Amino acid sequence: MARQYLLGNEAIAHAALEGGVGFVAGYPGTPSSEVIDLLRARRPEGVHVEWSTNEKVAFENALAAAWCGVRALFTTKHVGLNVAADPLMTSGYTGVTGGFVVLSADDPFAHSSQNEQDSRLYAAMAGLPCLDPGTIEEAHAMLRDAFALSEEFGLPVLFRPTTRVCHSKADVELGPVPTERREPAFVRDPRQYVVIPAHTRVLHRRLNEKQADIRERLVTLGYNTGEIRGRRAVIAGGVAAAYVREVLPDEVSLMVIRAYPVDPEQLHCFCLEHEQVLVVEEGAPVIEDEVKKAAGCVSVLGKRSGHVPSEGELSAAIVRAALAKAGFVDEAGLAPPTPVEGLPPRPPILCAGCMHRAVFYAMKKVFKEGIFPSDIGCYTLGLQLGAVDTTICMGASITVGSGIAQTVGGDVVSTIGDSTFLHTGLPGLVNAVYNGADQVVVILDNRVTAMTGHQPNPTTGMRATGEESPKVSLEALCRACGVDWVETVDPYDMTGLIATLREARARKGVRVVIAKKPCVIVERRARVTRPRFEVDPSTCTGCRACLRFGCPALAFEEKQASITDLCSGCGVCASICPEGAIGKETRPPEKRAVPGGAA
Amino acid sequence: MSFDLLIVGVGGQGTILASNILGRASLEEGRSVRGAETHGMAQRGGSVECHVRIDGRFGPLVDPGTAELLIAFDLLEAVRYSHFLRPGGRVVTSTGVITPTSVFSQRLPMPTLDECLARLEPFSPLAIDAAALACEAGSELAQNVVLIGAASYLLPLKEGSLLAAIERSVPPKTVEVNRRAFELGRAAGAPSS
Repeated sequence: MARQYLLGNEAIAHAALEGGVGFVAGYPGTPSSEVIDLLRARRPEGVHVEWSTNEKVAFENALAAAWCGVRALFTTKHVGLNVAADPLMTSGYTGVTGGFVVLSADDPFAHSSQNEQDSRLYAAMAGLPCLDPGTIEEAHAMLRDAFALSEEFGLPVLFRPTTRVCHSKADVELGPVPTERREPAFVRDPRQYVVIPAHTRVLHRRLNEKQADIRERLVTLGYNTGEIRGRRAVIAGGVAAAYVREVLPDEVSLMVIRAYPVDPEQLHCFCLEHEQVLVVEEGAPVIEDEVKKAAGCVSVLGKRSGHVPSEGELSAAIVRAALAKAGFVDEAGLAPPTPVEGLPPRPPILCAGCMHRAVFYAMKKVFKEGIFPSDIGCYTLGLQLGAVDTTICMGASITVGSGIAQTVGGDVVSTIGDSTFLHTGLPGLVNAVYNGADQVVVILDNRVTAMTGHQPNPTTGMRATGEESPKVSLEALCRACGVDWVETVDPYDMTGLIATLREARARKGVRVVIAKKPCVIVERRARVTRPRFEVDPSTCTGCRACLRFGCPALAFEEKQASITDLCSGCGVCASICPEGAIGKETRPPEKRAVPGGAA
Repeated sequence: MSFDLLIVGVGGQGTILASNILGRASLEEGRSVRGAETHGMAQRGGSVECHVRIDGRFGPLVDPGTAELLIAFDLLEAVRYSHFLRPGGRVVTSTGVITPTSVFSQRLPMPTLDECLARLEPFSPLAIDAAALACEAGSELAQNVVLIGAASYLLPLKEGSLLAAIERSVPPKTVEVNRRAFELGRAAGAPSS
């Protein structure tokens, strides 16, 4: 097969097929989402592919498939592994028969995440082998072979790519996809699969007994390799190894770590050949701590000595600076130029016509002194509109709302998306009703998991691979939790939305408002069109009230507002304008203000 | 040594497609290539950057102060990322600007076209009206390919490889429009001497 220019996640998805995967489950999360998105688009025959409702659900589905002898893949972003941590921690005890790869994509620099946690620490805690590819080519080959490694030890294998592997591109050569399928079977073995204390004590010992063999095997597989070139050495792992190669002087030795647990003997022998070792890795000082244990009296530099940054991601320039600081090179080179200052920022922003913006606007109007716990999704961007006061992790808007309501009282309005509500919001709602919290919950129901790339979910009416599915009723779910007052509103109807929120404000207990409208991007792709809106220049007084709405389709030139081609026709700005200056477009299209036209 | 460049713009302008074209053109010539992209929520109308390293063999990131070339789909973004260029590096930019919403909602100052071009002066900017050329080619959406065409004389890739890569990267129905867009861009970017 010819070489192709592929996204890391594309190469990983194909590698799973090359490795004979038969069952794939995950929950979307940047930077991991494209792996399942590509597999579901391809719809490989005989492979079950699903988006599950959360990572614990996905992990357990995939684990069970592996118990039935099928090769299984679970995908998540690093923080999703926290949700799946419960089964993960015991999956090494039960083990697997079919190869099981746990893909947890880390996000150094938290490009699209709430923290920079390091999945390698989970592997160590769970006693599982961990593969840490540094390039797309390595990710492709290591993922393909990970199923066999998993079967060799009867253990799940944690596969940890990072953002710069998942979302970078390189020329890769793909391999053939096997066509034969395994005959699945669940072989009853309670001593393996029922982890009562009497069983689990035995299983724990067995897991521990495997560790020495795993360490040795990872050496023979050639994942961890060293080359001695001088009296000083760099030991690097993950994508950092590529940055190191780019800037390393010829006379400095290099050891690359791609798999864990690392054999201490291998590290010890390598370190003894050197006077000084610098460890370069993103995330936690995982390799560094192992090297320190194995290095004897050899000096070990790294994050703990302050030579390598402990936060964020690395780059060739940062590695060069670390080498200079450690005295491995003479100087770090010229200081890099800094960005031009004083430019207006261009952060990501809710789309023109996004229903979330309308809801946030109405919430601010009705709950002037309100506290607004929120959640994880596009709507976290409501921060820019002053309508997001807390965000910590998936599903926490309702629970944090309850805690605040039970502690300080007042108007507490939680916002949560449809997918996040089904992910981990639901137990919080049951709890709020049960424990008598006095709060409003607004479910921002756009019928899709939008932020991560518009994956379908149980509200969409379609499965990952396109088959029709029943649409879960959020109204019925909320009522079943014991919520008496559940109202569904059209968020484009500003008058109705404000009236509903006012009614919610007047009531007590747990009140749920479901703001329901399809995501505008999904609508645009489905070619749903609405007439655009325009500003009547003879009526606009230039009061800027519409600009506070923050819609990217609103512009302001020559002391008057105008509406650009980005307008999707939601019409919310027309309800906001105090002068009634905004209405449906009557001008011929060529007279519109063009965004992106010559300045 | 790799030829390092950045393609920058506003989410939704097609920076990833442009990066794919350069990646595939490199493969046409049997060269290795590395790239890094912005995915996820950052794309929602935000500032986006693609790094491309033709003949790249190491990591995908281009460090500030080292890029040979900056291709910008928005003039303001050209200025924002200009510190990635090495001294003597070049900018190929659209003269178009999408005014960031922050300018209106927070009343922030917005540099004028002339101010933007003056900031880019050390990099001998080639500024073209990509929107007009794309419309002339048949679709306003082809601005990214117009800019690849305009940058083509500065890229270490053959015209034929770029055209072949464009054909394989754009939707089949738009191949003709994109070919015209490339040619119009290439004419606009032709060295004057």
